[in-house]
Amino acid sequence: MSNPIVEVKNLTKRFGDFTAVDNISFEIQEGETLGLLGPNGAGKTTTIHMLLGLITPTNGTIRLFGLDLEQHRETILRQINFSSTYISMPFSLTVEENLRVMAKLYGLSDVSQRIDEVIKTFEMHDIRKKLTRKLSTGQMTRLTLAKAVMTEPRVLFLDEPTASLDPDIAYKIKAFLKEYRNTSGLSMMYTSHNMQEMEEMSDRIIFLQRGKIVAVGTVEEIVERFGQRTLEDVFLKLAREE
Amino acid sequence: MNIGRIWALITRHLYLYQRSFARMLEVFYWPLVDLVVWGFITIYLAREGNSLHGAVVFFLGALILWDVLFRAQQGIAISFLEEMWARNLMNLFASPLTVGEYLVASMTMSILKVLVVSAVMVSMAWLFYAYDIFLLGVSLIPFMVNLVMVGWTIGILTTSIIMRFGQQAEVLAWGMVFLFQPISCVFYPMEVLPGWLQTIAWANPATHVFEGMRTILLQGTVPWNNLLWSCLLNIGYLLVMIAWFHHTFNVCKDRGLLVRVGE
Repeated sequence: MSNPIVEVKNLTKRFGDFTAVDNISFEIQEGETLGLLGPNGAGKTTTIHMLLGLITPTNGTIRLFGLDLEQHRETILRQINFSSTYISMPFSLTVEENLRVMAKLYGLSDVSQRIDEVIKTFEMHDIRKKLTRKLSTGQMTRLTLAKAVMTEPRVLFLDEPTASLDPDIAYKIKAFLKEYRNTSGLSMMYTSHNMQEMEEMSDRIIFLQRGKIVAVGTVEEIVERFGQRTLEDVFLKLAREE
Repeated sequence: MNIGRIWALITRHLYLYQRSFARMLEVFYWPLVDLVVWGFITIYLAREGNSLHGAVVFFLGALILWDVLFRAQQGIAISFLEEMWARNLMNLFASPLTVGEYLVASMTMSILKVLVVSAVMVSMAWLFYAYDIFLLGVSLIPFMVNLVMVGWTIGILTTSIIMRFGQQAEVLAWGMVFLFQPISCVFYPMEVLPGWLQTIAWANPATHVFEGMRTILLQGTVPWNNLLWSCLLNIGYLLVMIAWFHHTFNVCKDRGLLVRVGE
């Protein structure tokens, strides 16, 4: 692997005296899924927010597609997207209206066609005209995922994307993401507290603890390094050391 | 500046207005209530003073013009609150949308709001009180443009504060503009203010508009000096406030407030 699509160097974020992210560096290759693992407060979400340009780093550089995020914000943001359990979309708009607005924000030319495609992919026919305020948590998650995928991003940041989905929909979403990655060359950064899901989805994993990277590698490498049987055992060992 | 992205944001608010009862109240109900209450007060006061027509012209004219300023300010501030309440700010600012485009979209929404509210008020004033705002002549247009600019300036200031301090500051979206009302000389001439307050009022572009309106009605001449001062002050304040908004946005990004606002 020698074609990093995301390059993060010495990234640090301090909020006053508190260091949320402490001098981390990593790369994501084209077509790679990088899992970001760590206990609550480890700095995962802050890292993703910095990569989306929503939080300004205290130190360090972020480059996507060879461009500096700070200097080429618009060009980069047009090619990336995100989904998170912790976001929502305007409640007074229907599912389709929300998708239409986001499609226009990202400058898509074939808006109606793309909406039809993601509605089909995420099985949202029955909620297409439904007001967003009436969606269940799982339906809302599907909508934010559809929003993210609709813009055909080159990098997708997914913060606990299946946290509130039923097993059937979660399975379908993961299958779709893997298929989409294989056919489109999509790169992903993925966080989840479901260790099985992290093993299934990630090519490599970064383990964060108190804002620092404490382990990087494939699931097998990390498990071996910490002398544990499973990734969950590693997680529990590190979390209990805190 | 990308027109497509600006239009996307306007479309989002137009979708919202179609089915938001609260937003419809803002456009139709409250302006109508204002007009009816002030209209009856004006009639009562005028009968006592035996000069009905003059009082109606002054008070209703001032009320309609004040509402232009008020709705322009709300067009900016309420649009931001809508995004905050919907936890949609992350979606917007993680997209290619720029701060400048966001502001232009909010300003456009505020113009649309002003046009609709003004149409409602002007029609109702004519219907209930046979009041014709166009008595002010063509100078009404630059006066209104200036009031919209004052509304934008106060709206951007309000939005900056809400963005910085979050939900605890959201009441400012409705209250901030009234801080400026006493020094805008909406219903009384500037000369009734104490001397030190006159100096402050003079630096307020809205005061020049309302003073100008009274000059037209009393003397029948367009006070170009009022219009000029209002324009110059507005351009200066608006530029400062846009720069301030950018600065606050960057502060919020630095402190991680943008992703937490609304929580």
